[in-house]
Amino acid sequence: MTISTGSTGSTGSTAATSRTAGARRRYHLGSTEIVYLALIGILLVAGVLVAVQGGNLFAQQNISYMLTQTSLLGFVAVGQTLVVLCRSLDLSVGYVVALCSLIGATTMAGDPSRVWLGVVAALAVAAGVGLVNGLLISALRVNAFIATLGMGLIIKGFLDTRFKGPEGEVPFAFQTFGYTRIGPVPVSTIVMLLVAAAAFVLLTRTRAGYHMFAVGGNLDVARLSGVRTGRTLVLAHVLCSLCAGVAGLLIAARFGTGNALVYSYGLDLDSIAAVVLGGTLLFGGRGSVVGTIGGVVILAVLDTAFNVLDVNPFFKDVLRGAIIIAAVALYARRQIDPASRRVRFGARGSVPPGSVPRDSVPGDSVPRGGDAA
Amino acid sequence: MTLTADTSRGTARGTARQWRERLLSGGSWTVLALLVVVFTVIIVINPSFAEPVSLMAFAKQAAPLVVLAVGQYFVIVSGEFDLSVGSLVGAQVVIAARLIDGEEALTWPVLALMVVFGLVVGLVNGLVTTLLRVPSFIATLGMMLVLYGAIRLWTGGAPTGALSESFRVLGRKGFPDVPGEFQVPYALLVALVVVGIAVLLMRRPFGRSLVAAGDNAVAATYSGASVWWLRTRAFLLSSFLATVAAVLIGGYAGVTAQVGQGLEFMAITAVVLGGVALGGGRGTVVAAMVGALALEALFTLFNQLALPSTIRPAVQGVIIIVAVAYAARRQRT
Repeated sequence: MTISTGSTGSTGSTAATSRTAGARRRYHLGSTEIVYLALIGILLVAGVLVAVQGGNLFAQQNISYMLTQTSLLGFVAVGQTLVVLCRSLDLSVGYVVALCSLIGATTMAGDPSRVWLGVVAALAVAAGVGLVNGLLISALRVNAFIATLGMGLIIKGFLDTRFKGPEGEVPFAFQTFGYTRIGPVPVSTIVMLLVAAAAFVLLTRTRAGYHMFAVGGNLDVARLSGVRTGRTLVLAHVLCSLCAGVAGLLIAARFGTGNALVYSYGLDLDSIAAVVLGGTLLFGGRGSVVGTIGGVVILAVLDTAFNVLDVNPFFKDVLRGAIIIAAVALYARRQIDPASRRVRFGARGSVPPGSVPRDSVPGDSVPRGGDAA
Repeated sequence: MTLTADTSRGTARGTARQWRERLLSGGSWTVLALLVVVFTVIIVINPSFAEPVSLMAFAKQAAPLVVLAVGQYFVIVSGEFDLSVGSLVGAQVVIAARLIDGEEALTWPVLALMVVFGLVVGLVNGLVTTLLRVPSFIATLGMMLVLYGAIRLWTGGAPTGALSESFRVLGRKGFPDVPGEFQVPYALLVALVVVGIAVLLMRRPFGRSLVAAGDNAVAATYSGASVWWLRTRAFLLSSFLATVAAVLIGGYAGVTAQVGQGLEFMAITAVVLGGVALGGGRGTVVAAMVGALALEALFTLFNQLALPSTIRPAVQGVIIIVAVAYAARRQRT
């Protein structure tokens, strides 16, 4: 509907402003759309490849595996999205996941009445780590890469020294969080989607969410506009660590114990890959949780397909690396370079005239005028 | 040794104040001060460390990290990251072992092949980052995954083959070659040559433009620099130096499946410890070298204190956070 703006509203500054507003919204939709188009494409290709080998990618067992894969990375990636939107980064999430799985499991100690205590303890520690990360970055102005890498190393040192192996015991009541399914859909996936929905509401409906976009877009401008940038960063980091804490509890529920070795899963880098795959700009200010979920599902589909196709696990790494780079390269072209965006818009604006009248329905400019005002 | 460019000479008292400011500024001189302090502590704990033999052993051990830090410096000062160096080092060592497989005659051809392979990896990193506009964090992370998987795919999980004796000379030997006696390790010479060339490079137009590109890519473009080619060359240098480091590490430590793991973060830590700003445009290559030495010295200190090896990452984490927080405290007012 905004395509026609260039040709119909050719005069006046309102036309220009409405065009940029329309362009921004169109662009935003486009980014998430591409992610899901890519997801459909990958699903099709993977489905065909599996079918050729006589399997069925969409068998219930495979779907369940796929969804189970999404939940763990999903929690971490949703949190990571908030942080990346603020032009920050959290490399400590993998260690927070491991730490929280241990704290949850050792606090519960196999006693069903202590389940809530374990959950609260794990989440409190996670929030504490996030708070420290956020304060280091905002108050002490430590580069986010260094602050969270250092925090990750600190936790790793603690874990390796304090815990020699799996420890703690998760009561059966809590293990259901890891295993229960409703049809093919694991409960953990549903919880993950709820968390994602909460993050979506936070980002699109609340002041704190808008501030995150503002801080990520331009820190100085945000501060000069009266945004408390420090608080926003701290909030994003606390929420990110909390999400990682939930992922740690999920690990504890699945394994029945806490395990320090979870940090070697590479969740930190995987979550950043999922976020960027989901169309969120690594340089902050643009992106969406919906896209991130798309990125997580893409990674899960790939993983499931590789498993079903019995691909060599090392070849998996090669493919994953190549696919991540290729995907990011695909939308990096339109995201970062403003010139390419303008060209794209111009090209659309000069589509055959036949399409213009159809788009420019009468009164089309009215809602847009309201939009711009 | 001009670590800071703008040093105006003054009176004796002025000089003293200048020096105190320099040492506390959180820049190049601070890390040098840190290095001196750590060395002093080690020597107090273990006086034999000050003997030339031990110092040379330290130099031999630290040389690969210095070489890697110099390579990472080029990339960081131009405003990018190179996360692929760790797995590149691992890949190169495994490639060398598999292809040479103990044959002395194959040493030089395989070395040449390694250099070419390193340059190709650097070129891909650079072009994907600059022309395809993939953030270098993702581009080199993807390269890390690809190299990690490809090498294990090729060798079937565990490295095979063996390095030749002449391959291991650079990392292991020195002159005069009498075991147990004082010797200058070849690795030290390699590191010195690398640092020397890097210092010269940074004074040439290439180095100046590289820093400018890291500071403000748009301004650098408007002043006529071709930023993409500058950054691509930085990635080429980083991968080439990772290859050099691989030769040193392979010679020093031999072939294992874990070789190179985590080296990328060590190199970045070393560079940052030297006061080089992530995001580019600030810091000197000598400071990056001193940062690498300081990091190695700290690990040596942990050894001397007989800390459990598991606590080491924690201490390393505290140190880099404190170092960067300290530098950031003074950088902006």
